[in-house]
Amino acid sequence: MTTVSYAARDSATMLRRNLKHALRYPSMTVSVVVMPVMMLLLFTCVYGRALGAGIAGGAAGSGTYIDYVAPGIVLMAATSGAVATAVSVCVDKTEGIVNRFRTMAVSRASFLTGHVVGSVLQTLACVAVVIGVALLLGFRPDATVVEWLAAAGLLTAVALALAWISAAIGLVARTPETASNIPMPLTFLPFIGSAIVPPDSMPAGLRWFAEYQPFTPVIETLRGLLTGTPIGDNGLIALAWCTALTLTGHFWARRAFAVEGRG
Amino acid sequence: MNAVPASSASSASSATVVRPAIAAAGMSKSYGDTTVLDGIDLTVPEGTVFALLGPNGAGKTTTVQILSTLIAPTAGEARIAGHDLVREAGAVRSVIGVTGQFSAVDNLLTAEENLLLMADLHHLDRREGRRRATALLSRFELAESTAKPVATYSGGMRRKLDLAMTLMGRPRVIFLDEPTTGLDPRSRRIMWEIIRGLVVDDGVTILLTTQYLEEADQLADRIALLDHGRIVAEGTAEELKRRIPGGHVRLRFADAAQLARAASLFGSVATGHPDNLTLNVPSDGGITTLRAVLDTLDAASLGAEALTVHTPDLDDVFLALTGRPQLTSPPTSPLTSPKGQAR
Repeated sequence: MTTVSYAARDSATMLRRNLKHALRYPSMTVSVVVMPVMMLLLFTCVYGRALGAGIAGGAAGSGTYIDYVAPGIVLMAATSGAVATAVSVCVDKTEGIVNRFRTMAVSRASFLTGHVVGSVLQTLACVAVVIGVALLLGFRPDATVVEWLAAAGLLTAVALALAWISAAIGLVARTPETASNIPMPLTFLPFIGSAIVPPDSMPAGLRWFAEYQPFTPVIETLRGLLTGTPIGDNGLIALAWCTALTLTGHFWARRAFAVEGRG
Repeated sequence: MNAVPASSASSASSATVVRPAIAAAGMSKSYGDTTVLDGIDLTVPEGTVFALLGPNGAGKTTTVQILSTLIAPTAGEARIAGHDLVREAGAVRSVIGVTGQFSAVDNLLTAEENLLLMADLHHLDRREGRRRATALLSRFELAESTAKPVATYSGGMRRKLDLAMTLMGRPRVIFLDEPTTGLDPRSRRIMWEIIRGLVVDDGVTILLTTQYLEEADQLADRIALLDHGRIVAEGTAEELKRRIPGGHVRLRFADAAQLARAASLFGSVATGHPDNLTLNVPSDGGITTLRAVLDTLDAASLGAEALTVHTPDLDDVFLALTGRPQLTSPPTSPLTSPKGQAR
């Protein structure tokens, strides 16, 4: 067998291991789903009427508030998987099994690839659940099949970027507790973006941040694809962000994995 | 006194030279200003057990980490089964197996799943993987608990599983980093039996590290004493023990008069301690010398109240070879992070 097919085989082995963990101990996966579902309920059933009235006729377009907020919450579902990935990578590191893999003639990238692909698959499953709940709550997207596919592609790109960043965080964090804390800002970022309310309703400094942070173009693109709001150049900016974050996370994680010692 | 690696000069592929399984020359490791390993030379012939004996912080784990390709040496070089550690790391990894003091097992899987994970990573076909896993589970008496996740295992079982995982790839050279630290005495005996079996049945080469003189004595063909990153002595257990004057028989007497009479019987080799009425007579702890001591007492109609045999231990080795007591904490519990000891 060639090196490439060995690498693929090792990565598949690592992926199987991670999926087995997720299926056997679903509490982490469940908590990843529960969080955005709670958010969705909170922002539609509890705050929905006030927030909807506040931005009616504006960015929310003709639809109800759930049509505005659902794409933002869907993105949150994509970010919340980051914590789980960082923790599981860090647990593997602190329990010593990573060192075992490193002393074996195993493809060097396979450990990370297994975690990242596993993370993307779990994230997409969570996203599907959240979209399902949103539909039950009255989310009415007008997306065509092509737009749905584009939205799925964008969410996959986001999940991939965050999975690589989280894998790197998991490797550099000293304890699983630290690993679960470091990605917290990531899950909080959509709030200071256009996930819940349009940035132009925010004070100047925050508005500037909200407009230029990576998740806003992603949310705007998602919202445009699903509910038909204007996308403009947000699509390209979103893809550029995803590419940049994926590359950064990838090289960071590969470097952290190669770095000598147990740290 | 350090053995010069026979192969470092003549490592060219001359088939007549017996190739050592492990050959290291001038291996050093420092982190910034801290020198952890200071020029280690090692030669371990194939099919033998070599023990690195030393206290915490001596550099044992660092040596294993370097030889198992986990970290790169700052200086020096080493070959494992003829493969250069740095330039042919992949080839080295395919012949070695490592069981560290960290239990490198997947806690969320069962024992069998852990072994099959190793089989997949060694690219074994499914049937061969199952065959090896089944054989190892019964050999290590883990078969009855295969269905439980490893998180529920005792320390001894985890260590056995860890070693079984290492053996799935049929390594020719095995590194065991403190294989029995933190184990109860019974588990320790079982682990010793397993290690002996590996050499006898499978013909592998083993480099193990330990803090226990007894362990090195029980298992190793040759022992190197490591202190502050240097090898301070190397030889067989017998050779090392001959250099250790720490063994003695301690006799306790009823009163100072008897102690004085006994002291005169044994002459200047014995040291008396009038404050606790004891006399230390140098001894290797063997039956013959013990009998000689008792015979001497009997002949003089002297009765000792108590007798204890003190055999050389790591402290004595250290005292003898470094001129200072061993500065270590008690044996590490399995709960302490391996990180604390790693460097």
